[in-house]
Amino acid sequence: MIKENSAIRKSDVINRRMFIIGAAKIVVFAGIVARLFSLQINENKKYLTLSDKNRIREWKLPPTRGNIVDYFGNIIAGNLKVYQLHIIPEQVENFNYLLLRLKTLLNLSDKKIQKITKLKNQLKPWDSIIVSENLSWSQFLKVNNYLYDLVGAKPVMTISRNYPFSEMYTHVLGYVSQPNEEEILENEIVKERFVPGMKIGKLGLEKTLEKQLIGTNAIQRYEVNAYGKRINQLEYQKGLQGKKIRLTVDTEVQKLSAQLLLNKAGSISVMDIYTGDIIAMYSSPSYDPNLFLFGISQDEWQLIRNNPLKPLINKTLSGLYSPGSTIKPIVALSALENNIVNPNFKVKCTGKTELYGQTFHCWKEKGHGFVSLKNAMKQSCDTYFYEVARLLGVDRLNVTAKKFGLGEKVLGEYFDNEKSGLFPNTNWKRNNLGRGWVLGETLITGIGQGYIQTTPLQLCLMTAQIANGGYKIKPKIIVNDDPLSLENAKTAMELQSLQTPNTKLFNDPKNIKIVQEAMFSSTNEQFGTSYRSRIDDPKYQFAGKTGTAQVKRISKRERELDLKLEQIPYKDRDHALYVAYGPYKNPRYALSIIVEHGGSGSKAAAPMAKELFKLIIDRDELRDKQSNFENINI
Amino acid sequence: MYQRDRLNSELSFFQKIKEIDYTLLICIILLSIISLLVMYSTDGGEVLYHTKSHFSKLVVFFPLMILIAFFNIRHWHTFGYIFYFLIILLLFYVSFFGLKASGSQRWMDLYLFVLQPSELMKIAVILCLAKYYHRIKIENVNTFTSITLVLSIILVPIILVISQPDLGTSVLIALSGLIILWLGGVKIKYFVYSFITFLISLPFIISFLKPYQKLRILTFLDPDRDPLGAGYQIIQSKIAIGSGGLEGKGFLKGTQSYLDFLPEKHTDFIFTLFSEEFGFIGSVGLLILYTIIIFRIIRIGALSRSNFSKLFCFGFAFSIFIYIVVNLSMVLGLLPIVGSPLPIMSYGGSSMLATMIGFGIVLSAKINRKQTIA
Repeated sequence: MIKENSAIRKSDVINRRMFIIGAAKIVVFAGIVARLFSLQINENKKYLTLSDKNRIREWKLPPTRGNIVDYFGNIIAGNLKVYQLHIIPEQVENFNYLLLRLKTLLNLSDKKIQKITKLKNQLKPWDSIIVSENLSWSQFLKVNNYLYDLVGAKPVMTISRNYPFSEMYTHVLGYVSQPNEEEILENEIVKERFVPGMKIGKLGLEKTLEKQLIGTNAIQRYEVNAYGKRINQLEYQKGLQGKKIRLTVDTEVQKLSAQLLLNKAGSISVMDIYTGDIIAMYSSPSYDPNLFLFGISQDEWQLIRNNPLKPLINKTLSGLYSPGSTIKPIVALSALENNIVNPNFKVKCTGKTELYGQTFHCWKEKGHGFVSLKNAMKQSCDTYFYEVARLLGVDRLNVTAKKFGLGEKVLGEYFDNEKSGLFPNTNWKRNNLGRGWVLGETLITGIGQGYIQTTPLQLCLMTAQIANGGYKIKPKIIVNDDPLSLENAKTAMELQSLQTPNTKLFNDPKNIKIVQEAMFSSTNEQFGTSYRSRIDDPKYQFAGKTGTAQVKRISKRERELDLKLEQIPYKDRDHALYVAYGPYKNPRYALSIIVEHGGSGSKAAAPMAKELFKLIIDRDELRDKQSNFENINI
Repeated sequence: MYQRDRLNSELSFFQKIKEIDYTLLICIILLSIISLLVMYSTDGGEVLYHTKSHFSKLVVFFPLMILIAFFNIRHWHTFGYIFYFLIILLLFYVSFFGLKASGSQRWMDLYLFVLQPSELMKIAVILCLAKYYHRIKIENVNTFTSITLVLSIILVPIILVISQPDLGTSVLIALSGLIILWLGGVKIKYFVYSFITFLISLPFIISFLKPYQKLRILTFLDPDRDPLGAGYQIIQSKIAIGSGGLEGKGFLKGTQSYLDFLPEKHTDFIFTLFSEEFGFIGSVGLLILYTIIIFRIIRIGALSRSNFSKLFCFGFAFSIFIYIVVNLSMVLGLLPIVGSPLPIMSYGGSSMLATMIGFGIVLSAKINRKQTIA
């Protein structure tokens, strides 16, 4: 019985102690339920977000750039379907084998293979590596044929920039290429939208209009597993193509310009004298911007870089030239405006003039005899302009020249490589060179030599503003929202001059008229310097001024030798210039031509104007019809 | 004497069937079905390896449980020490010849399945100590010899399991053993003193821990210190449970587990998957099911006439409770990560075998609740 008793006592102990634990169990379970409640009910939102963040990953695709079209709606910078080959590292089974296969299939260089391997180590395993950006159709087919053996490689069809007129617009548009690290960090928009394979503008309008052109990324949302492998696509969000930009340029005129300057270094610019529309702007020689899209090869790059005609320089905007005699209309106008001379004022040209023991030569050794303003302009008599400049002084000349836009950028906001040039005055010399102005320098400034430096576009603008009767215009290359018709543009220009007096560039309209007539005679009257390039048909008739800018001082010996162009080394030949506007009766367009080391303006540059005016004026009507933007379907 | 004989007389087969605790049995069947569904979900909604394997284990172990239930509890009392020593032998065997996996040596290959003796030790230690306290006189419980003996019964397997190394299981074995000591009547002050001693010596214990074990504790204290490394499991587990919400994401729709963000989703983190798919309601429901099972076992213990049955049922109920608490606290981020499966739910043969043996003995205790054991 003792044993029985013990068993019962023991049983009591067991039951009692079990009860204590049972109570504890309920408390602990309640604690666990509370924890579940806090996680699943209270913090549910937080964890749901985290769970989605876990499983959803976004892939950005390169945005599609906006098209750039010319005035007539022809695409001059568009987009083209290209075939590419990507590698997605996480899907690759054997990286070395894949590279080996691709190397033989696509003839990749060892350098390229090294680059891919390096990229693979830098990028995340789900980021694609672009092996080839531009596969030919046959290469694309080949890759697709062997795809079973290329695990992890992905043939991709995508869109890339394309310049259908190749080198025609390079200096206007610039080109696009892969951004470097600095460019990505610098530009907020580029940083935000960057994906491998995206290209950004490196030069010209492609660069300055980046924000409008770039477009937005298309976004693919995928559900991924813990290893980042895509399981299924949840969403595809289409990107917006960049804004379409319409330029004022005319491809036909641009083409002719390129043709005229073929194998020459130089520049042609054509401008609407009322609206400031730039109709052509060509710098020769040019280069093919398509070469830069997928990385230019070293050989091609060296070929461009080492070309003695310097294709990389945009001569229209950043080429600085002495204007030579093309400055004479401004000198004449300034003298008339300041009442230094009247149209009947005459100077006797003996071929040279002496000042303080220094001899200043006229281009015509025998001299022009007695010349009036009109004749001096017509025959480009240097002696006359030496005298006028002497009487006028460089400071007053500077004021007029500045008004007409010399010495300041024309399209500065769009082209960061544009130069402002220089029109000197006495203060400038004292401040910058630390020496006083010398009267002899005034004389050579009067014929567009010396310190004076202008860009071809400045000369074009200058001519346009003389042609339109002396009103300031704002040159532009991008079509505004509402282009004006000719009549409206004219009225708007004159109206504006009443409201803001500084856009009127003259005091007496008679003076402008005199200069215009002088330029007319230079082209259309016998003995005029560009008489041989004239067009008699009043529809095309134009007025112009030649210029021949010395690139080095002519020594006495050379002057006596009177060498022919071919006998002078290329580097020492004069630059040929020509500025003109037309049609004379009812002017609409102005142009400037410069042929580097082309010899005299009348022989090398003026004949080009003849060709250009024929085309420009023929297309005048067509252009007017295009002024309404809505009519263009692209 | 007559009464005892009457009570101890063998029941007929049909009487036994009648005496089975059907509430407990239904709960176990329900739990098995849920575990199969969850396993099906871990396989991504297909009947693949884990589902098949789990199912075949259930098919083998469930009849084993019934078989055990049909043996008189007396036999399990007799078998108590032998079972314990058998498992000790197996533990020795694995520490020399066991299979190695992920840095520890705790398995033996039985051709049909891989056995982890330490899991069986969880049951063996309860069985052994239940027999010991059944047999000892209550006056002798707190003698020095008795306490030394029971402590060594607990310590020998613990040392063997820790050396595998497997901290989680050894802690669970220790807790299972200690609860029998508690129930057996060891003085409360001893528990209090040793708990205080444990707290004081904790820093020294920690210094003896392996680097990965220390890391687990640090990670538990701050999972974000290494979100892709050691803290990854617990962060992903919390995300999965938390994103389940009230109603869950739906069966087979748990993105965290489906997309492989959950590690160990078949075994220790099975509750995470369940909770993600069935939400707060499902989780609490599962917890209620476990609670019913536990209290049913306690009830059987309370109804049992013999102290051996009482001790075993109470001890086993407490063990299951501890397994659940440790596992859930771990996946809910309340405790450091120690490998501990969720009974029946987790994939793993040895754990299921141990649990089913336990349930079998409990059912046997119910059938033979009036049986006294000398």
